[in-house]
Amino acid sequence: MSVFYSTPLISLRGLTKTYGRGDAAFQALRGIDLSIAPGEFVAVMGPSGSGKSTLMNLLGCLDTPTTGSYRFRDIEVGSLDGDGRALLRRYALGFIFQGFNLLARTSALENVELPLLYSGISRRERQARATAALASVGLPDKLANTPAELSGGQQQRVAIARAIATNPTTLFADEPTGNLDSHTTREVMQLLVELNRTRGITILMVTHDDAVARYAQRVIRVTDGLIASDLATDASDL
Amino acid sequence: MIFNALLIALREIRRNLTRAFLTVLGIIIGVAAVITMVTLGQGTTSAVKAQIASLGSNLVMLRPGVAFGPMGPPSGIANFSELDATLLAEQVPGIAAVAPIRGSGFATIYQHNARTTQVTGTTPAYFTINKWSLADGRFFGDADQRSGAAVCVIGSTVRKELFGTADPLGQKIRLGTASFEVVGLLVSKGQAGMGDQDDTIVVPLSSMQRRLVGHTTLHDITQISISAQDGTDSTALIASITAFMRARRHLSASQDNDFNVFDTRQIAETLSSSTRMMTTLLAAVAGVSLLVGGIGIMNIMLVSVTERTREIGIRLSIGATAHEVLLQFLVEAITLSCIGGLVGLVLAGGFCWALARLISVPFLFNVQINVIAFAFSAAVGVLFGFAPARRAARLDPIDALRHE
Repeated sequence: MSVFYSTPLISLRGLTKTYGRGDAAFQALRGIDLSIAPGEFVAVMGPSGSGKSTLMNLLGCLDTPTTGSYRFRDIEVGSLDGDGRALLRRYALGFIFQGFNLLARTSALENVELPLLYSGISRRERQARATAALASVGLPDKLANTPAELSGGQQQRVAIARAIATNPTTLFADEPTGNLDSHTTREVMQLLVELNRTRGITILMVTHDDAVARYAQRVIRVTDGLIASDLATDASDL
Repeated sequence: MIFNALLIALREIRRNLTRAFLTVLGIIIGVAAVITMVTLGQGTTSAVKAQIASLGSNLVMLRPGVAFGPMGPPSGIANFSELDATLLAEQVPGIAAVAPIRGSGFATIYQHNARTTQVTGTTPAYFTINKWSLADGRFFGDADQRSGAAVCVIGSTVRKELFGTADPLGQKIRLGTASFEVVGLLVSKGQAGMGDQDDTIVVPLSSMQRRLVGHTTLHDITQISISAQDGTDSTALIASITAFMRARRHLSASQDNDFNVFDTRQIAETLSSSTRMMTTLLAAVAGVSLLVGGIGIMNIMLVSVTERTREIGIRLSIGATAHEVLLQFLVEAITLSCIGGLVGLVLAGGFCWALARLISVPFLFNVQINVIAFAFSAAVGVLFGFAPARRAARLDPIDALRHE
């Protein structure tokens, strides 16, 4: 693994995040130093209120740090404006959520096309890429189905297809199996592992579940706004 | 990027057609109402103008009483005499012809059909002055006038009501207590704005006096129709008729006119200014409904921004910029209001066509008002779409995603 650390994809230095001001100020992150190499599969764990969601939002460029440095490749994210962060999300990042967050009454194909729509890709290529993404998550025959016509596991697969349709370098997964039963959890996690191994997509995943965290190569535990532990898992037991 | 925003907006509209329809209903009604009002109003105005033109452009009318209107002279104000008419023709320059008129309503009977009709007793010059043409038969002439013959010429409404499809020529109809032979049929002038001009029976003045009302006074002329010579200035003619009549009626300088003189242009102006005012008023009311439609769009768009907060969060998280979200909602509002405007145009076309037939006014397609109403509906989309769009664009992606 150490070979990856020489060229980090994500590099945090003394990152803090404070909400509110004055007496009401609350410091959610109190100085995070972290390096993530391309191709890693990292699980972020921690109790509620530990700051792990704040950390994920910052890493996903949905929010800006109060102090400290966040470099994504060679981009200093803290210096980007809203549009700059939006473009970074559009071209380099993908998101998967606990609640799937698919557009209702919209076919799986159109859901997956959505991020491509913003990239200004031609209609033909958009449909080709969306179809391919849905095939790669194992749903080649569900193009026309709306979310209401799909099971939870299938919906999360559509969401994964949407996240990878733009060929992002990094995937952010926020409790991706939180709404799924153990059987579909295993399927979705195996899909993520496969994407990580075959496509080299870096994955950052928040989870409560130790069993889910074991799919990652590295588990970071966050407590009280600080990294409490950062350990490699024995991924070979999968 | 505009094209992209349009594509995204259209997908959103298609995703929720019912909401889209309810959103634009106000605009549809507003646009349709404005166009219908203005189109029908202009149709009415043009019908009134055509009607007045059928009276003749150089017609001047002289009536007793102070006000121009359909009612007869107030009591105490004298009618005219036949001599007034004769002297007008002889002494006032610029007059081509004069027809004294004695009008009165009578029960009119033919076989089993009975109705009340306004009967005009006048001289043969009347037909030329008022631009009547014959559909069949003949006008009465000077000989009929001298002898007081019991003959009449009838308008198309009277013909239809009394005779139906039968040929009225040579038939006798009963007017009041006397019997008159129908010798001529008038060509229809139509009806709009001024009542039915074809609901008329014309008899020689002398016959009216001898057979119908009795010749009890010399001052029994209720109106004098005058045609001006070609090229005569009607304002000057009205002034000289007024001066002549003041002298005839021995009015002192301090007395107001107890008669009035007006030409067709004045009637046209009076009537078309009142229809124009009605049109403007109705269009203004309809314009308010268009505005209300715009507020409806804003209302539903605002609700929809709240309802779609999560969707906006998804769009932001997958990389839509605030600008693109603003554009999407703005384009959605404009697209909706433009669709509403178009549907309104089509509806208005149908309404106008049907209503114009129903109230028998001409259907005049007015490009201008259609363009204005459509442009206004588009402007409504921009104006009332902006606030919701800005609210959507200002959402924080994290909060928006968390929204239930």
